[in-house]
Amino acid sequence: MKKLVILGAGTAGTIVANRFKRVMDLDEWQITLVDPDPIHYYQPGFLFIPFGMYTRKDVIKPKRDYISAPLTLIQSAVEEVDPVQRLVRLANKQSLSYDYLIIATGTDIHPEETPGMAEHEWGKSIHSFYTLDTSLKLNQMLHNWEGGRLVVNVVENPIKCPVAPLEFIMLADWHFHKHGKRDRVEIIYATPLPGAFTKPVASRLLGELLERKNIQVEADFMIERVEPDAKKIVSYDEREIEYDLLVTVPLNKGAEFVARSGLGNELNYVPVDQYTLRSKAYDNIFVLGDASDAPASKAGATAHFAIDLFTENFLRYVEGHELKPYFDGHANCFIETGFGKGLMIDFNYEQEPLPGRYPLPGIGPLTLLEESEFNHWGKLMFRWMYWHLLLKGMEVPLPSEMSMSGKRLV
Amino acid sequence: MVAKTIAGKTVEVNEEGFMINPNEWTEEIAVEIAKEEGIPELTAEHWKIINFCRQSAGASGKAPTLRQITVGTGVSTKELFALFPKGPAKKVARIAGLGKPEGCV
Repeated sequence: MKKLVILGAGTAGTIVANRFKRVMDLDEWQITLVDPDPIHYYQPGFLFIPFGMYTRKDVIKPKRDYISAPLTLIQSAVEEVDPVQRLVRLANKQSLSYDYLIIATGTDIHPEETPGMAEHEWGKSIHSFYTLDTSLKLNQMLHNWEGGRLVVNVVENPIKCPVAPLEFIMLADWHFHKHGKRDRVEIIYATPLPGAFTKPVASRLLGELLERKNIQVEADFMIERVEPDAKKIVSYDEREIEYDLLVTVPLNKGAEFVARSGLGNELNYVPVDQYTLRSKAYDNIFVLGDASDAPASKAGATAHFAIDLFTENFLRYVEGHELKPYFDGHANCFIETGFGKGLMIDFNYEQEPLPGRYPLPGIGPLTLLEESEFNHWGKLMFRWMYWHLLLKGMEVPLPSEMSMSGKRLV
Repeated sequence: MVAKTIAGKTVEVNEEGFMINPNEWTEEIAVEIAKEEGIPELTAEHWKIINFCRQSAGASGKAPTLRQITVGTGVSTKELFALFPKGPAKKVARIAGLGKPEGCV
């Protein structure tokens, strides 16, 4: 009996386990997942909670609904991986030996890494929306807020879901319009990037969109500290921005056990070959989803596309074949732009996001880098697809590798 | 991609002025690019960072991020901003003849 251990039963861990369940001979393979949290979160939904578009119950389900025999789920944190002994030590004192290990423990926010952020004003005038708790708190705050200056800040890249701060800003703009207080709110986006987004064409088009919505971008802003009493953020080059409400995307880091096990880089991400997602250090360790240092978007869509191609490659690999460099860094994201509209981007390691149509060239129905109501509905329908198809390891009718058909060079 | 003469040597640079081939780089070129970036003189502290970045890129094939520089050299982010004002990672990469640090996606 061969043993496969999957650390993390979030989006990537759950999808890959259910894929294996369909295609592997489970008389020969024992598959064990480890995760400390019994709840599965639909993380894209956190964005909608501050504005009352989703509630708590829309974004949580028991992990047990998605992981069933012959898969085993152990509820525990991971203490340490010993890659030489091929052993995982758990916080519950259990030890698991493995032939192959998949690390899928994602990335998390660390507000305590920025001085002044996670102190007495955390949850009062300083908020986030990257966890269920923080998004619920922000919902209460926005409900009572009279207006003032809203500053949205990204501490450092990479972050999970790089478009989320932009979506938050555009949904906030819409929210304040709807509640008749947009004229009492000033919105500033302070980002360490040189513009609204990472890639040139998308950055320009999204930058213009923000401008039309009267949202000010403070570019190249590397935050050094928050001054919670003076209510201002200060950058390393000593620019200061005062706020009434600060919504931050704190520093993102991989899991602590990755560092304790000597498997991580400076942000606890596991260095991998970006085309095979195999650990650079150990040839029986793979990293799926946000936990690796692959220069792809940290997003559920990326994990899903990577896993689509991973499963079959892994099965060939364990039979002694070479790994194919199969993963192209494909990502696509719905971007909520407010007022019931959204846009979409589709890109990979090599190709930046471009305008066009997706997934059917010339037809769509989704429009790339262009607002449409259909994109917004697509995003809302995606929640159904996530719970009912994606997590269960079923095929979703979207191509895994990026295609240039339907994209316009601009 | 264009050819540009820096410190008497013709090298290829991209549209943002980053050198294409790190092997064409010389210390004299670094001094000239630093001037373009508003740094009149490269001190020992500057060179410590530049040398680290060249070594790091030699091993990994890409210019290090700001956090990789602070972890690798022990120089604080604050000091880096003093040495290479506004965007130190980008600035030092250009001076060190490396590509632009990868924008995070």
